[in-house]
Amino acid sequence: MNNPVETGNAVEVDRLIVKLNQKPVLEEVTFTVATGEFAGIIGPNGAGKTTLLRAMLGLVPVWRGKLNIFGLPLSRIQDIRSSIGYMPQRQSFERRFPLSVADVVATGLLSSQTLMRKIPGREKKIKDALEAVGMENFYGKPFQDLSGGEQQKALLARSLAGEPGMLLLDEPNAGLDFPAQQSFLDLLARLKDKKKLTVILVSHDLVSIAPAADNLICINRTMHTHGKPSEVLRSSQLDEAYRCQFDYLSGTGDKARWRN
Amino acid sequence: MEKLSEILAYGFMQRALLAAIMVGILCSTMSFFVVLKKLSFLGAGISHTALGGIALGLVTGLDPVFTGSVFAVGTAMSTGHISRFGKISEDAVIGIFYASGMALGIALISGFKGYYPELFSLLFGNILAVSVQDLVLMGSSLAVILLFVFLFLKELLMICFDEEMAVARGLPVGPLYLALLAAMGLTVMVSIQLAGVVLVSALIVIPGAVAYRLSGNYRGMLVISLVVGLSASLGGLFVSYFYPLPPGAAIVLILSVIFALAMAARFLFDQGWLVKFIDKGNPRGGIRDEN
Repeated sequence: MNNPVETGNAVEVDRLIVKLNQKPVLEEVTFTVATGEFAGIIGPNGAGKTTLLRAMLGLVPVWRGKLNIFGLPLSRIQDIRSSIGYMPQRQSFERRFPLSVADVVATGLLSSQTLMRKIPGREKKIKDALEAVGMENFYGKPFQDLSGGEQQKALLARSLAGEPGMLLLDEPNAGLDFPAQQSFLDLLARLKDKKKLTVILVSHDLVSIAPAADNLICINRTMHTHGKPSEVLRSSQLDEAYRCQFDYLSGTGDKARWRN
Repeated sequence: MEKLSEILAYGFMQRALLAAIMVGILCSTMSFFVVLKKLSFLGAGISHTALGGIALGLVTGLDPVFTGSVFAVGTAMSTGHISRFGKISEDAVIGIFYASGMALGIALISGFKGYYPELFSLLFGNILAVSVQDLVLMGSSLAVILLFVFLFLKELLMICFDEEMAVARGLPVGPLYLALLAAMGLTVMVSIQLAGVVLVSALIVIPGAVAYRLSGNYRGMLVISLVVGLSASLGGLFVSYFYPLPPGAAIVLILSVIFALAMAARFLFDQGWLVKFIDKGNPRGGIRDEN
């Protein structure tokens, strides 16, 4: 197998259609994400952002179109799963679960290969991942005692534990206050450069993600626009996707100004 | 000690003691997962559905423990399958099975009038009537379930903590979850001998619930759950030997008292009144062990 992380494009999506319960959730979505790029997937609630991310992980079936990860089709997702770090939405996990921070990070090392086996180099990988997010002193602390921002960092450490080439993050900033959001995005940008990661972050909050991302991909069930944040934020396609005219300087949308 | 020797001199008490130990370990282990995965209502659902299987065994002359086990395991696995693939919430599925199993049991027992001496034992539990055959079933269930938990503990914990992530990591979440439910069904059925259809769900909820209140770490939680489950099952057995109380009721009452004490202890700790006695290191006042 090719080293997946070395290929030119980390993600290639071409005229992708995803249906859930026979209803189209994504139609004709096309974009690429280069290796080492920080891409933000933006769009209003219900736009299909999470479905797109889950499709990249092979968790929802592709109806039609191409979706390659590190040059490989989704049918070979098992070969590259360990190259992908994933951080699901905050409501996916139990916040008061009796695990230590180290235990939580260790769950990012589990895979079908570790079934009934010990995880090789477990302690070192956990410590390295915690150190990468600046939480080395939290190793044995109860996860449930952490603040929301600290829990997000611990979950980021979990997605880094398997030393992936790409991170897929689903609304990691949801529920965090503005300083915590900025601190998290700064950390992500530093990690991207240091570890040469490809980062794909889903967010409905384009104002907070725009300064950190190299490119933005705007969808609302179908492809609207894709490009540098400065271009996307000025595009009329953005207004169309959010169904309101966006004042990107103040970060507010004004429905009254939407041209029907 | 004399009393203990006196108790153990009886063959039925030796078998009851062994059964209490095995069921105590089984229920405490499953209780750990029941509480973490929020499956408390499933325990009640399985035991009540098992009544349909038990009644079927009684009226057909088959072993009611065997037919009840088939119903219990079948209910547990079907609940998991239907709620996942049939797009019906788990509690709705349990509610349907619960009522249907009970209705089948009542219909069969009423329809085929006869003398069913085992029925009362299975409804309310009678650990003193445990046979060698029952012990073999309990022992094999215990061995299989403990082996399953030992082999897949880290995966089961991950499924309880963050199922979405477990799926994304490529773990066989569906088969492992169904196996966990099957283990739960089997545990409920073998424990019916101890506490009966009516009370057995308490055995697979309370030990884990007490442990969850007292420990912030899963290792501590597992140990506390085992200690609570074993203390209650053995305590209940001895209480029922000396006082005119059915063992199942005695066990559940002891569990309820332990739960009340745990809640009180946690409350006192959260108020800072027990700080001198219990871990000072936890910034939010949890009673926990260290890794």
